Amino acid sequence: MTAIIQRAGFLTSVQDLGRTSFREFGVSLSGALYPFAMRVANLLVGNHESEAGLEITLGGLQLHFQDERIVAWCGGEFDVLIGAAPLPAGHTALVRSGEELKFGRAQIGCRAWLAVSGGVDVPIVLGSRSTDLRANFGGFDGRALRDGDVISLGEWPGSSAFAKATADKPTTAKVISSWTAPHDWVSPAKPNPILRFVRGMDWTRFDAATLQRLPSEPFTVSPDSDRMGVRLTGPELARADNVDLISEAVAPGTVQVPPSGQPILLLGDCQTIGGYPKIAHVITVDLGIAAQLRAGDRVRFSEVSLGDAHRLLLQRERALERFRIGLSLRSP
Amino acid sequence: MEIVPLGDSALIVRVREQFEDAPEETQDQVLQTFRQLRSAAIPGVIELAPAYTSVAVFCDPVDVAKASGTASDIFDWLATRIGAATVPKRRGSRRSAPRTVEIPVCYDPEFAPDLEEVARHAQISTEQVVELHSAAGYRVACIGFVPGFPFMAGLPKKLATPRRSNPRKEIPPGAVGIGGAQTGIYPLRSPGGWNLIGRTPLRLFDPSKNPPALLHAGDRVGFRAIKREEFESLKQ
Repeated sequence: MTAIIQRAGFLTSVQDLGRTSFREFGVSLSGALYPFAMRVANLLVGNHESEAGLEITLGGLQLHFQDERIVAWCGGEFDVLIGAAPLPAGHTALVRSGEELKFGRAQIGCRAWLAVSGGVDVPIVLGSRSTDLRANFGGFDGRALRDGDVISLGEWPGSSAFAKATADKPTTAKVISSWTAPHDWVSPAKPNPILRFVRGMDWTRFDAATLQRLPSEPFTVSPDSDRMGVRLTGPELARADNVDLISEAVAPGTVQVPPSGQPILLLGDCQTIGGYPKIAHVITVDLGIAAQLRAGDRVRFSEVSLGDAHRLLLQRERALERFRIGLSLRSP
Repeated sequence: MEIVPLGDSALIVRVREQFEDAPEETQDQVLQTFRQLRSAAIPGVIELAPAYTSVAVFCDPVDVAKASGTASDIFDWLATRIGAATVPKRRGSRRSAPRTVEIPVCYDPEFAPDLEEVARHAQISTEQVVELHSAAGYRVACIGFVPGFPFMAGLPKKLATPRRSNPRKEIPPGAVGIGGAQTGIYPLRSPGGWNLIGRTPLRLFDPSKNPPALLHAGDRVGFRAIKREEFESLKQ
């Protein structure tokens, strides 16, 4: 079955957990900028966590359903409505045929990830359903969604615990789960956030004052930020040496410093190699905060050890495992 | 060899510090390391990507922790496995010969808006630029910038030309350019600052194919000058 994009909003694209295995050919990761949120949203609607959903930037999406689906979303602080009923982040709801789901403007943060039972069905290109918006392939015709697009939704058995438990409710009642996922999973956006980082391999190429400034002074998000990276303005990050670096791999989370001294925090659409010095890397568990940064936001950095970064990641994964088991025992 | 973290979910295996002093030897070493790591299939490793002097190893720390049974020393465990998998082989050991790919290029003025600038910089004629560019042998150091974009070493020193001070907002697919001491081909419509001296009718990146890129790291490349008619017929 299909759903109609009545309004696409500022930037809405089909994304899954990203396109791996083709980096050696220069293919970017793409995917939901915070894959963990897409995984949680998928689990909430009974999908496999790697199904494709929609990434919504700054809101404005209006989606018309043509059959019954279960939906859930995670992300910034958006007002989301099914018809007239609000759907908070991390809650699961039944949408009936003919109903509309609307994303208002983001109050805090800028991105949300919407999962629909059955997933968004677009062809798998190079192992992924993600849209590569820079190289224009994958996802829906290799591009962002536009008003009037009709997206296909995957087969859905309609037999999840949630659907069964809501089957006898009158069709006029809104059916929204009372339970939710942990708050910081479903709403990673924060005012004045702090991003935790591990040192980059070029850390020692910066002067002593710079190394003090990075973890102590605030940076402001510049308007020319996008899915490739968040451009920051703030105190100048100055090199202690002027060695020409040989281009090598970069990754989402990498904080690179071009000659301007104003850092760029790379996100999922970043290119695969780069030649700017890497002063730091935002840790994986904080990519959710990074993906919510929008123009004018103030952000600070705080250093952690590589061991701590791994410990936090493994902790979150264990919690997700418990959540997954808990979900299978739930009903609304 | 040096192994350094690239954040918490990747690391870089740096095979040599320099590239320019010994490009061939460096590339052989990088590719050998790349192949050794690929066949080692270390648990938790998602993918590998070679660059000029290094190979990047992307991993899922959760899977590494499962495989290693340790949650505290994920980087050390990986570094040890990588070290063991990349013991340098003796000279003369089996090494697959690099592929050789011929790229037809039309150097006609309409495809070569910067040919005169390159000629002026080298203080030779445009004909000589074409001759030098198409007679030299190149090698793909790595693929990046955009999908399928080959960074190639081997440009005759005379042709080295600084990047344009004003990058173009849009460069057509197939455009062949010179940026500093390197030459490359733009696979997709993209912005770029290299000096454009010709265009190939070949498709450098096709996501419907696997592998999606025409050129791979390590490939030897030669350019063959073609006339406009051949460009059009090959474009079909």
